[in-house]
Amino acid sequence: MMDATGGTPTAREAAYRRHGLFSRARVREWLYGLALLSPSFALFAVFTFYPLVKGAYLGLYRSDPFGLHRVFIGFDQYLHVLRSGGFQSSLGVTFWFAVYTVPAGLVLGLALALLAHQRLRGMIIYRAVFSSTLASSVAVASVMWLTLLNPSVGILNYGLRESGVGAIQWLNDPRWALLAVSLTTTWLNLSFTFIVLLAGLQTIPEQMYESAKIDGAGAWSRFRNVTLPMLSPTIFFSLVVLTIRAFESFGQIDILTQGGPLKRTNVIVYSIYTEAFKNFNEGVAAAQAIFLFLIILVLTLVQFRFLERRVFYGS
Amino acid sequence: MSRVCFEGVTKRFGDVVAVDDLRLEVADREFLVLVGPSGCGKTTVLRLVAGLDEPDAGLIHIGDRLVNGVEPKDRDVAMVFQSYALYPHMTVRRNMEFPLRTRRVPKEERARLVGEAAETLGLVDLLGRRPSQLSGGQRQRVALGRAIVRRPAVFLMDEPLSNLDAKLRAQTRAELIELHRRLQTTVLYVTHDQVEAMTMGSRIAVMDRGALQQVGRPQEVYERPANVFVAQFIGSPPTNLVRGSVEREGETLVVRVPGGVVPLTPDRAAVVSERSLAEVLVGVRPEHLAVDAGPVAATVRVVVSLGHERQGVFALDDGQLVVARMATDGPGLREGARVQLMARPEHVHLFDPATGTRLG
Ligand SMILES: Nc1ncnc2c1ncn2[C@@H]1O[C@H](COP(=O)(O)OP(=O)(O)OP(=O)(O)O)[C@@H](O)[C@H]1O
Ligand SMILES: [Mg+2]
Repeated sequence: MMDATGGTPTAREAAYRRHGLFSRARVREWLYGLALLSPSFALFAVFTFYPLVKGAYLGLYRSDPFGLHRVFIGFDQYLHVLRSGGFQSSLGVTFWFAVYTVPAGLVLGLALALLAHQRLRGMIIYRAVFSSTLASSVAVASVMWLTLLNPSVGILNYGLRESGVGAIQWLNDPRWALLAVSLTTTWLNLSFTFIVLLAGLQTIPEQMYESAKIDGAGAWSRFRNVTLPMLSPTIFFSLVVLTIRAFESFGQIDILTQGGPLKRTNVIVYSIYTEAFKNFNEGVAAAQAIFLFLIILVLTLVQFRFLERRVFYGS
Repeated sequence: MSRVCFEGVTKRFGDVVAVDDLRLEVADREFLVLVGPSGCGKTTVLRLVAGLDEPDAGLIHIGDRLVNGVEPKDRDVAMVFQSYALYPHMTVRRNMEFPLRTRRVPKEERARLVGEAAETLGLVDLLGRRPSQLSGGQRQRVALGRAIVRRPAVFLMDEPLSNLDAKLRAQTRAELIELHRRLQTTVLYVTHDQVEAMTMGSRIAVMDRGALQQVGRPQEVYERPANVFVAQFIGSPPTNLVRGSVEREGETLVVRVPGGVVPLTPDRAAVVSERSLAEVLVGVRPEHLAVDAGPVAATVRVVVSLGHERQGVFALDDGQLVVARMATDGPGLREGARVQLMARPEHVHLFDPATGTRLG
């Protein structure tokens, strides 16, 4: 395919060559381009760049609980946060939170997508049902799960009691709380993975499966040799997004556990929130936020690096 | 033995009858070309043989085995898809190995078979590449390679050349014929290109709207088209068809067309009078229409030169247009000039105007 600029030099390109980089036409085009970019640049500036810079800046100061005295302590703040037990345990919680939610979300999402990809009558209804959690907000979903997980009236414990296992204090037992929050989160993420993976499945040409069938491949072999490799870019994309989501989760934790019991669900974002708005340690919160930013940045880069070679990106 | 035999095979998709009561036998080691316009059911026929679709009625045999209901992998066929359906994430070697791997062929044996196929198709230097790093013609050969590695009983090929440019297509056509000669395997080959059909098939089967129209050697189909559809589909430009009324002229019958009469040979006349037809369709191929002292008058409309030949368009007296292919060194023809057209009696085809079937 020809690229948008075309293979042969246009009259305009020829003019550039003659008049150089700063010809009037060139400058005018630049200004036009900047004008077109400015609205989105303004949005980014207000909602992304400014908070990022301000956050890094706040991280250099220590303030008293009333926000009156601000003392510059520089990078010591960052070192202090990095060494603090609270931050390290938050990191650990977030790590396990990701371990519980990301693979499970991927596997379940893929399973549902494979089911819904069958050509059966009424499949559109299942597709709508599986996609529906996308339309429910974190708050609504959390309240719903609060009910489901309720130790005395929740359906989960009802089932456990009936089967003789006995009730579990899902949200109050330090051993179970993170798992319960992960369960809710996995459910919340499911529609996203489902929709993305189903869309990915639908781009795989049917003839590839038919050819494999004729060539003797059974269902498992077709899955391994056609579906998985062809879907790997989509799976990889979902993996990155789910991981980032795990590091950013806040709403469900605020509603279900407020970071407890014994800080067992105190993920980084919740820790930032507590430091900033409950303990009024603006500087500590800002420093943690900058670390979170770096972690997500590094995670994305590492995942891209590692998986790039094993991922097939179209022809 | 690996003939393929269709007995009354019908396949419907909703209201569409994709294949209508197909009765056809592809002989062992034959190269049979299934040809017809787009949507006539060619691909469906292949899919039925491969087992990707099941017929609604009728029986399909491969060799002596009834294959209705048999899984695609157990039918011992290989199919080359129009899109090639290569696996983009596998190298050429892995692609070609795939049918062997699924059948658990041991490693050394696999390497040997892939090596042989690659040798045959000139793919040896490409074994390490991915499909995205190949040209269209090379991809086509990889698809072929994947089909031939395991020596199936029957090859099914669905327009394998349609993604190639004209020059490469002509070359690959010849290579395929050569490959068939070497492998001696039954081939059922689908195309909508009548030139491809004529040049490749040991026999051709012409289909239209799900129904088989005629089966025969290319020359046979060309010389004696079974009906109006075949007459017009095979050959380029298509056969001229003119409606005429049957008249008695002395001892024999003639057909009166606008601008003159076409005499009939005695056996044709016999068929026409036996059916007591008042009208017939007269068909003459452009290459058989001579601008000479013939019995039918016409007016020159336009003459174009294609380099190796000229094509003339002539108007009959009622305005109908007919086309003639002529040598470049013949007399010049002025637009508007009156000419007399003629065709040798053996080149005149007659068809029943009601059914379109051949007479005599
Ligand atoms: N899966 C299907 N569902 C519904 N209709 C179908 C299906 N497959 C084929 N058909 C219909 O059956 C008829 C024959 O289709 P088929 O693909 O066999 O044609 P074809 O001769 O291969 O055409 P082409 O030269 O365009 O490939 C067409 O009318 C097509 O619309
Ligand atoms: Mg087709």
